[in-house]
Amino acid sequence: MGQKENERYQKKVMEASPRSPVWKNCFFAFVVGGGICTIGQGLKQVFGWVGMDGEVASSFVSVILIFCSALFTGIGWYDDLARYAGAGTLVPITGFANAVVSPALEYKTEGMVTGVAAKMFIISGPVIVYGVLSAAFLGMIRLAFQLVMGG
Amino acid sequence: MDQRLGVRTVAFSNPPVILESAATGSKKESEGKLAADFDLLVPDPLWEEKSWETAESKFLKHAISIAVEKAGIEWSKIGCIVSGDLMNQCTSTAFAIKDFHRPLLGVYGACSTMAESMIVAANFISSGWVEYAVAATSSHFCSAEKQFRTPLEYGGQRTPTAQWTVTGSGAAVLSAIGTGPKITHATLGKIVDRGVTDANNMGAAMAPAFVDTMVNHFKDTGRSVLDYDLIVSGDLGFVGRELAVRLAAENGLDFSVNYDDCGCMIFDRVKQDVHAGASGCACAGTVFCGHLMKRIRRGELKRILFAPTGALMSPTTCMQGESILGISYAVSIEQ
Repeated sequence: MGQKENERYQKKVMEASPRSPVWKNCFFAFVVGGGICTIGQGLKQVFGWVGMDGEVASSFVSVILIFCSALFTGIGWYDDLARYAGAGTLVPITGFANAVVSPALEYKTEGMVTGVAAKMFIISGPVIVYGVLSAAFLGMIRLAFQLVMGG
Repeated sequence: MDQRLGVRTVAFSNPPVILESAATGSKKESEGKLAADFDLLVPDPLWEEKSWETAESKFLKHAISIAVEKAGIEWSKIGCIVSGDLMNQCTSTAFAIKDFHRPLLGVYGACSTMAESMIVAANFISSGWVEYAVAATSSHFCSAEKQFRTPLEYGGQRTPTAQWTVTGSGAAVLSAIGTGPKITHATLGKIVDRGVTDANNMGAAMAPAFVDTMVNHFKDTGRSVLDYDLIVSGDLGFVGRELAVRLAAENGLDFSVNYDDCGCMIFDRVKQDVHAGASGCACAGTVFCGHLMKRIRRGELKRILFAPTGALMSPTTCMQGESILGISYAVSIEQ
């Protein structure tokens, strides 16, 4: 089949394929994602009241959210929520925990080393790689600025 | 001697009889529209096994066992088992039939495997090589997600064009003698590449292959669309079915009356949240071996054209940007 023919078919495919409900997805992402962050903020507030230092409280909040996400992934709730929440469950730190725990669970049958450990980062790996890379890159820009500005 | 019609069709001189068939499924299938037509429904997709892969083999093993039992023939008389699945190196099939101690022909046609199995088995019977043969296939939602997409518990959103892999298996016992619906013709599939690269829109990738096989089937046999009570594709789903109807119309075939798709038949699209419908080898496999065979036996359908479609791809080829190749095999079955 020629290129033109394929392009014509692609157009037909676009017509026949239902589109993602963007506004609905945005709404749920906002509500659920905002909800998770509000819970985090609430926890931080509570820790502050009991006399915890700000930075320590933040770390505690992260630990608790990651723990909850891992737990809910393990008992099969997280993906059920994510089906509606989309980016709302993906973007917060809980999404990262889910991306690590879910392959670890899935590949348990292939052993603790060749399964769980080897496959644990198949989804989150790129985030780590490009996260570290972009941090280093931005660090270099900052360094260059400091040298130029003499700061 | 079997007669070759046109370029891609064969008319069997000794049309093999489908003695019996069986379909197994799991929870989602038990909640679907065709639940009553399954021989065995096991609510637990893991079926007391240690992995999704071994569970899939169990669904296949039981489908074959039930079909052979229903047919009432001795295992020693089965000349060969022709089967395939979606797992790498067709391991579901190998592990499923290892304890049967019967000759195996492993085939791979992705989700078109049920028809491919039937065509290969039918040839062995029509040519007199074997008296009885089993044609089968299987798929499992969880093992397919693991191999082709993301881990089960990963929180991702499915696109509206995505389809849901059927968990289960279909098996049919073919025989040179006996009574039952017969496989009269087979039209072989050709790879059709229309440049679709979206792995979440398999129906669109496969629809052109289905229509290509249909066009050739009607040209080779001289039959018309209305010569069949039902023309049924395998797992094009709602998007693929719509495209197939349109492409067929462009080729002068009116598919608005007696055409349906197994991927649109098995699940309740809205209630079961399956987006664009069902997919997987077991989609066409269970709908044919369960639902359609029951309707043929009841006399509701006298002559059908069963043409499942397969998407020939792997996660590697998809990531490398290659297009998803479609293929479709057709078998015509007459009461």
